[in-house]
Amino acid sequence: MILSRAAIRGWLGALAGAAALTALAGCAKSEPVAVGPPPAMRRLTEQQYRNTIRDVFGPGVVVVGRFDPITREGGLMAVGAASASITPSGFERFGELAESIAEQVVAPGNRDYGLPCAPTDPKAADAACARKIYSGAGRLLYRRALTDAELARLARLGDQVTSTLGDFYEGVSFGLAAMLQSPEFLFVTDATEADPQAAGKLRLTAHARAARLSFFLWDSSPDDALLAAAERGELDSREGLATQAQRLLKSPRLEEGVRAFFSDLLTLDAFDQMQKDATIYPSFGLVVAEDAREQLLRTIVDHLLVKSEDYRELFTTRRAPVSGALGMIYSMPVKDPNGWTDVEFPKDSPYRGIVTLPGFSALHSHAGRSSPTLRGRAVRELIMCQKVPDPPSNVDFSKFNHASVTKVNTARERLDIHNTEKACSSCHKITDPIGLALEHFDGAAQFRTVENDVVIDTRGELDGVKYDDAAGLGEALSKSPAVTNCVVNRALAYARGRAVGKDDNAMVSWLHEKFASDGYRLRGLLETIATSEAFYAVSPPGPARVAPGATPPAKTAALDGAATLENRS
Amino acid sequence: MKRKLHRRSVLRGMLGATAVGVGLPLFDCFLNENGTAFANGAPLPVRFGTWFWGLGHNPGRGVTPVSGPLEFRAECAPLESWKPYINYFSDFNAPMDGRVSAVHFTGWVAARTGTVPLRGGDIPDPTLDVLVSDAIGGDTRFRSLDLTSVGDPKDSYTLRSAGSRNAAEVSPIALYNRVFGTGFADPRAAEFKPDPKIALRQSVLSAVREQSQDFSKTVGAADRVRMDEYFSAIRQMEQQLQLSLEKPIVSESCVLPTKPAEGPVGVELETVEANHAAMTDLLTIALACNQTRVFNMLFSQSLSMVRRAGEAHTHHTLTHEEPVDAKLGYQAEVAWYNVRSMEALARFISAFGKVKEGAGTLLDNTLIFANSDTNNAKVHSVDGVPVMFIGRAGGRLKGGLHVIGGGDPISRVGLTALQVMGLKLPTWGTASLRTAKTITEVVA
Repeated sequence: MILSRAAIRGWLGALAGAAALTALAGCAKSEPVAVGPPPAMRRLTEQQYRNTIRDVFGPGVVVVGRFDPITREGGLMAVGAASASITPSGFERFGELAESIAEQVVAPGNRDYGLPCAPTDPKAADAACARKIYSGAGRLLYRRALTDAELARLARLGDQVTSTLGDFYEGVSFGLAAMLQSPEFLFVTDATEADPQAAGKLRLTAHARAARLSFFLWDSSPDDALLAAAERGELDSREGLATQAQRLLKSPRLEEGVRAFFSDLLTLDAFDQMQKDATIYPSFGLVVAEDAREQLLRTIVDHLLVKSEDYRELFTTRRAPVSGALGMIYSMPVKDPNGWTDVEFPKDSPYRGIVTLPGFSALHSHAGRSSPTLRGRAVRELIMCQKVPDPPSNVDFSKFNHASVTKVNTARERLDIHNTEKACSSCHKITDPIGLALEHFDGAAQFRTVENDVVIDTRGELDGVKYDDAAGLGEALSKSPAVTNCVVNRALAYARGRAVGKDDNAMVSWLHEKFASDGYRLRGLLETIATSEAFYAVSPPGPARVAPGATPPAKTAALDGAATLENRS
Repeated sequence: MKRKLHRRSVLRGMLGATAVGVGLPLFDCFLNENGTAFANGAPLPVRFGTWFWGLGHNPGRGVTPVSGPLEFRAECAPLESWKPYINYFSDFNAPMDGRVSAVHFTGWVAARTGTVPLRGGDIPDPTLDVLVSDAIGGDTRFRSLDLTSVGDPKDSYTLRSAGSRNAAEVSPIALYNRVFGTGFADPRAAEFKPDPKIALRQSVLSAVREQSQDFSKTVGAADRVRMDEYFSAIRQMEQQLQLSLEKPIVSESCVLPTKPAEGPVGVELETVEANHAAMTDLLTIALACNQTRVFNMLFSQSLSMVRRAGEAHTHHTLTHEEPVDAKLGYQAEVAWYNVRSMEALARFISAFGKVKEGAGTLLDNTLIFANSDTNNAKVHSVDGVPVMFIGRAGGRLKGGLHVIGGGDPISRVGLTALQVMGLKLPTWGTASLRTAKTITEVVA
């Protein structure tokens, strides 16, 4: 069986879509008519939850617990969050987290930061103080002011606990725990209202706009100033929104937003489960793994935010911070073995561009060996938004049965065998010429020139551009329009929590044009999105899909970038 | 005949517990004279669970391809002593209806949901354990206990939808803390004193429920369905709290286990086997203590990353890269891993067989739906995915049989399991997997 025509069409469609986008760039001059998605309800991601708790209650409150994972859709957890449910076991965990956080907030050492008042008698109810606490924390947790009914409900609960246990702070703790388990906190909703500027149409409420802006740029709930702007009606105008967007973009907290975006884009959560074999790669332990993730994010932040450089040069840069632990991987001494040392690798260094960093090349490898296929697939799917078809079923692997191929020395030799099988080669041709260029880095990202005493051949090709090694691959990536289109596509999807679709073609083209005219500066791209009408646009909700047997609607997963690009072509 | 309890065995059980009380055990008085039901005539609970292993068997090395009495071959040899409790299903297929198979995915999704997914990641319908849990999981502390021995909570093949995965516990200590930590009422404690805060926590949930009802009115129709799941979660927590206020009914084997030590998690085989064994033992006690009636255990992923320490190859990469041994006629290294999977399954069954319950064991009152993702991993085949029923399901199942499907839809196996568990479903599955044909051969 050979690779299906549909699969090939899908991939070629992705390429064609990318090319079409490039061609369209330059045509669009002003923002296209905004086409908004239907309102959605997104579960907080783990990081958003953690950031919010820190911002509301202070860094002294420790969030210890496990979060149910969110499945990626369209390549992003930010999109998958719109179909993520809370299971019974997940609710259990949120309950435990809520109680733990609430207990810490009212603990003697934290009260001064987390609570705005103290009761007259700590053993008795104090309605005024309790209301102040609930209304203050609740506004930040629910991302809007609490209603009188909500405050009354919390007061009743707190009073009941206080009178039972004889402790005001216990009462407050239970009230806070109730808020932290509420769907108002755990889900971010696109609350809508009638648009006074367009009869019969909807718009996001000011508070929903505030939340969208804040989670996009800070990966956290809106702060007091943003909520206040919403309450004053300032977010009802583009000027008001732009003012707040500028404030968030200028804040140091933008770094958290950028880290969150690239962590999602590059699937860095996979580090949580990554393991390297201790015998094969004794240098690659837990500390190295943590530092590899951190190095990748530091490199991105430094290049795109601190230095505000061209996004394309992320794939050619010779600069990267190196920690003491990573020094072992690089086989080099570092100035600060207990911290980070900024390094500019020599011009002839193999380390060039983020795909040569351990945070990419080790992550997309097996536990005990490298994998050109995994690396190539990661470049195609994560960096170029091109879906690589799954391996086919019923493949004839008889070539592997031949005695002559029992022993292979290099990954290239092994993959050459795959490529003798037509069904395999159609996909491996997409991935392997990329991944083989990275073969100078073993499964732990350590540099090597031979594998099993055979010199490694790192020549490859990316969409017609030939190169000799990883540096050449980086150059090819930096010149590929698919790379810049991809980050635009994903940034828009991430910002709105919805995969980019056919209706968004014009918007993506326009964003890409602006991105290009701004020298591919990420901050500019974020600003363009955050101040666009499309970012806040919303359409009427569609009907729910009801699956058979009282099953809740299951969003089909993983409409990847390839699928969306395909739709455009 | 009613079992007699020896004082020594009581003491052994008590000494194994971290907190024990001195008092007469209550369990025998709850059962009838034959030990097959409660004294009031109510049947002993029947539990349902799944067990998953990746990459199936090497072709022809699992079972003898003959219908009727089950005959194991080399890769299933570790199951031999449990054969009377096992029914094996082969040659049941997943017609694709024009869809493209997602490797290491379509096979198990079809077997467990009765629907062929549109693509990788698509979970078109709930897995069958969720349906069973909806039917019988509401009266215990946990609707289900979901476990994986490979260290990643996402390696859990129990889902209501793609966005609603029951994340797995990944370590024995985490499982212990969840089930036997705070909130577990020791059935053998001399005095039963519920925590006074439990009633207050119920009040918290009442407040959350009220808030949620208001919130639910503000979301769209699609999201209201997710809110229904949220309300189910609240109900489950309310149930947990309510049960914590009631003195637990004990069974003979409900003994507070020893708290396990912190240990590594991951995909190295020794770690996987150790965690699988430890979590299995905790699970069987949880079942004996009526903490749940539904469970899911994943021994290895469909794309099994299990590997021996110091080796670059995983079980999965070997299935594609190891040559077929010219003399043996199969992939020897792959076979080694496959046998280890069945050894783990035998260990799992054995733990159920050791738990005394009435006149029999937990195994007599359980249906374990064990399956893999592929029939022949080397070529990613999704036809003939091996499935087993293990246990007697409270006397509802025969045992020791091999049923060859002759290409029938694999949903017949799932439909039979659901019906055995008491779900009144005339049909199950969609498109070519829709079936009304129970596999009557195995039903007692």
